[in-house]
Amino acid sequence: MVIGLLVLWQSIVWIFQLPSYILPTPWQVLQIGYQQFPLIMHESFITIIETLIGLVLGSVFGCMAALVMVFFRPLALWLFPIVVISQTIPTFAIAPLLVIWFGYGIASKIATTIIMLFFPVTSAFFDGLHQTPAAWIDLANTMGAKKWRFFYYIRIPAALPYLASGLRIATVIAPIGAIVGEWVGASQGLGFLMLNANARMEIDLMFAALFTLMLFSLSLYFLVDSLLQSAIPWQKATSFNAHSGSIHKP
Amino acid sequence: MQENSPRAPMIQIQQLSFLYKDMPLWIDLNLTLKAGLVTCLLGPSGVGKTTLLRLIAGLITLPSTTPSITADGNPILPSDVAYLAQTDLLLPWLSALDNVLIGTRLRGMPSDTMTKQAKSLFRRMGLSHALHQYPHELSGGMRQRVALARTLLEEKSIVLMDEPFSAVDCITRFELQTLATELLRGRTVLLVTHDPYEALRIADEIYVLAGNPAQLQKAASLTTKTPRALTDVELIQYQAILFALLTEAKHNS
Repeated sequence: MVIGLLVLWQSIVWIFQLPSYILPTPWQVLQIGYQQFPLIMHESFITIIETLIGLVLGSVFGCMAALVMVFFRPLALWLFPIVVISQTIPTFAIAPLLVIWFGYGIASKIATTIIMLFFPVTSAFFDGLHQTPAAWIDLANTMGAKKWRFFYYIRIPAALPYLASGLRIATVIAPIGAIVGEWVGASQGLGFLMLNANARMEIDLMFAALFTLMLFSLSLYFLVDSLLQSAIPWQKATSFNAHSGSIHKP
Repeated sequence: MQENSPRAPMIQIQQLSFLYKDMPLWIDLNLTLKAGLVTCLLGPSGVGKTTLLRLIAGLITLPSTTPSITADGNPILPSDVAYLAQTDLLLPWLSALDNVLIGTRLRGMPSDTMTKQAKSLFRRMGLSHALHQYPHELSGGMRQRVALARTLLEEKSIVLMDEPFSAVDCITRFELQTLATELLRGRTVLLVTHDPYEALRIADEIYVLAGNPAQLQKAASLTTKTPRALTDVELIQYQAILFALLTEAKHNS
């Protein structure tokens, strides 16, 4: 598929005789990528650090928010609408504000990333914590379970496959958050490099940076996915039969 | 296990009525589960057998202030009963041993004694090799055996079972019935089943719940030692009666 796309791309450039400042050939992109390898690696390192810190902090905050909303129900009544409202504001609109608050360094990019991925994590985990199969709740009741212990031994583990879905979405979003942050105001990073290359009509360099970002995002996704699969081996079996085993039917 | 269990109580259900979606499932139902014996409840689907189990377990609260379900005259709390459902309800993130010990963990009372008892149960049930295996690594019959071990370790004198062996093959079911009968001896047991042979093998008393609203009919009171062989005189004597009753119940529902 990749080879097919590259052939199609090369053919479009040849057929329409496009100049390299409109659309460079894959070969030109590869060449510039090789020539500017140290620069691209340096800028990538910054973006990777921003993405990873943003992903970890955003996931931790997202999980904590979901747990707080479940443990302290009255808090959920006013916290959840705030979380939803915060998501209706386009990140692009508040990113300049974050640069003013947190500066041109990596802090403002981490903040953008956290804001973008916070909600999918909170929402997925919150939903998961409310989807504990009724039959397990009944079983725990007949065992005289203490509330916190029920949470620890049953409700949280049962919600982990849902949290994993949220974390997968967050992993895809995280690099976008970092790039958006860099576009708004930065002096380093892949987003900054892309914006600069674009302004200087160095479209081949822009494409090289873009492909590096794609490669990193894909690697990160597959890494997180395999970590989640080995950490939650029961997620495929979660649809098992606790639902059909519900003892709520007449 | 049984020697540590509290004395098995007699359960009395008196004039119990229950509405489901504004329709009466049954009106003024009366049933006595004799102390330390196994009572089986048969009947067509949707007649309210599971609801009755849930009511006895206290998982559904009745609006009336006077308890119509009592154990030796006292109201029953969910924590007074051990429940074995149609599906094993094993937690997929815990090993077989941890699943059996889940009750002690949920109550915050894990102990070495309980772990020893659980391991001894595993040995009695021929599950020693499965101690540290996860539910997805076990066969359906083994999973149900682990669930039975979890129920037994609860050491409750009241055991409610909702078609617990329906998902396993015929031979495994036969073996599980034998095992359950031996291990549950002395407890007050109510078993809901669709299988008349299961009832005839392990029950001391058999009731059929059928009709709309449903009515309870005593089908058999058996005296021979359980688990009964398929050649047992009483089993053979009652099977025709029970089949006739169930056929009639199916048509009436």
